[in-house]
Amino acid sequence: MSEVQAVSRRWRRPPVLIRNDFWRRAIYSGALLYLLLAIGTLEVDWQRAYEGLERGARFLQGFLTPDFTSRFDQIQRGMVESVTMTVCSTMVGILISVPIGLGAARNISPLPVYLVCRAIISVSRAFQEIIIAILFVAMFGFGAFAGFVTLSFATIGFLAKLLADDIEEIDPRQAEAVRGTGAGWWQVVNYGVQPQVMPRLIGLSLYRFDINFRESAVIGIVGAGGIGATLNTAMDRYDYSTASAILILIIIFVMLAEYSSGYIRKWIQ
Amino acid sequence: MLSIEALTKRYKTGDLALKDVSFSIERGQVVGLIGPSGAGKSTLIRCINRLVEPTAGAIRLSDVDIPKLGRTQLKTMRRRIGMIYQEYALVERLTVMENVLSGRLGYVSFWRSLSRRYAQKDVDKAFGLLERVGLSDHVDKRADELSGGQRQRVGIARALEQDPELLLVDEPTASLDPKTSRQIMRLICEICREHDLPAIINIHDVMLAQMFVDRVIGLTAGEVVFDGPPAELDHAALTRIYGEEDWREMRKAADEAAQDASDAAAFKAAEEERMAGTV
Repeated sequence: MSEVQAVSRRWRRPPVLIRNDFWRRAIYSGALLYLLLAIGTLEVDWQRAYEGLERGARFLQGFLTPDFTSRFDQIQRGMVESVTMTVCSTMVGILISVPIGLGAARNISPLPVYLVCRAIISVSRAFQEIIIAILFVAMFGFGAFAGFVTLSFATIGFLAKLLADDIEEIDPRQAEAVRGTGAGWWQVVNYGVQPQVMPRLIGLSLYRFDINFRESAVIGIVGAGGIGATLNTAMDRYDYSTASAILILIIIFVMLAEYSSGYIRKWIQ
Repeated sequence: MLSIEALTKRYKTGDLALKDVSFSIERGQVVGLIGPSGAGKSTLIRCINRLVEPTAGAIRLSDVDIPKLGRTQLKTMRRRIGMIYQEYALVERLTVMENVLSGRLGYVSFWRSLSRRYAQKDVDKAFGLLERVGLSDHVDKRADELSGGQRQRVGIARALEQDPELLLVDEPTASLDPKTSRQIMRLICEICREHDLPAIINIHDVMLAQMFVDRVIGLTAGEVVFDGPPAELDHAALTRIYGEEDWREMRKAADEAAQDASDAAAFKAAEEERMAGTV
């Protein structure tokens, strides 16, 4: 038997990002040094932080005793307004997003249309809801209408982009076969594209519905109506118990929306 | 019926997919288009209904020059040309019936097709075709619930629902097992004969092509290198199309495999008999 025991060879996983030993060590230790220096520049007023603890405790105490009753009519009005805003802005947002999404899909739209639609999407996505809300509150005055316009506008950026990306990833053979029968552009969209993207479009719309509800609570703070305005008023009055009641209601509503949308998405698969 | 003259296709990347291809097909003739992968078979049949735009040359179907058609005329022309695809290309989330009726899209208005209100004669025709291909029991099933062979039958019904004057068939059996492949090929060829319909069938499987088609065209690197009846497809012709390879050996191997299979079946039968005897 001429069995020779081979010398064991050591093996280690090679460094993932930076192969060069010197540069790896230099960059990592540089990053660590920067972190330490950056923490050093933070000015913390420990005296102020200590005093704040007491306020924090009062805040938490208020939240542990939610009060639904004393300002019930205001809470109810705010909730109804928020739900109305959410439903309307989601519907209008979807109606506008679908044509823009179709136009922004490179595989079914000509270049000029594509560029215009992508530009609309970029503008809508560039600004955070609060900034848009401030603009629309200035334009339309305080209240739910400004909130409705804000959420509709934000929905377009979200839905149209995701719809367009989804259309760009469809199975092109199915659409080609429909085109091969002599179908026109709208017929290709209806028979070759729509069946492939519909489940995702419905899923995204439901997802956007609960994003819009959450956002309606935030943009109320800058004056765009809804439950956010009620919440803001309660905070300004140091009425933490009412604020707590409102937050609990928001959580319950978002959870309900979450569960039901999950259920619906499973059902349409 | 269909005549192709000096058809050339150069892709944007600069690849010359078809070089000066010319041939013509008579009414009712089933042509098998064979050749190695990348020879331009798919490009050739897609040029005929302009799913791929040809670079130069003429394609005449009943004296209409297809490459010169405008957009609207092209749609009218496409509905006269039925196509059957590799891997079926059915719209998977639509029902079998919707897939078959989509063969009428070139004839009906958008609103009619949107609301799925097709004329009664279109629906009658669709039921008749589903009966013909043996899928009467699956009318309202979604296309992705069917097996491969069944899906390809839906594809055939969709193409015929167009009332085509020409059938283009792209690798109809590429994703099917050998037995289903034969059934599908037989079905396509029978239907062509019933309707006196000319067809061009892209196909990898040379033996299968020889079994069913009237005429074979061999394509290599975008050029026609063989054109004749299947019986003339001998060793020299196959070498011209596919390059050097021992074709006789391959045929012999195929025959032997068939022999082995029947031997195995005989052996198994004998075995079972013996087992039955011992019990």
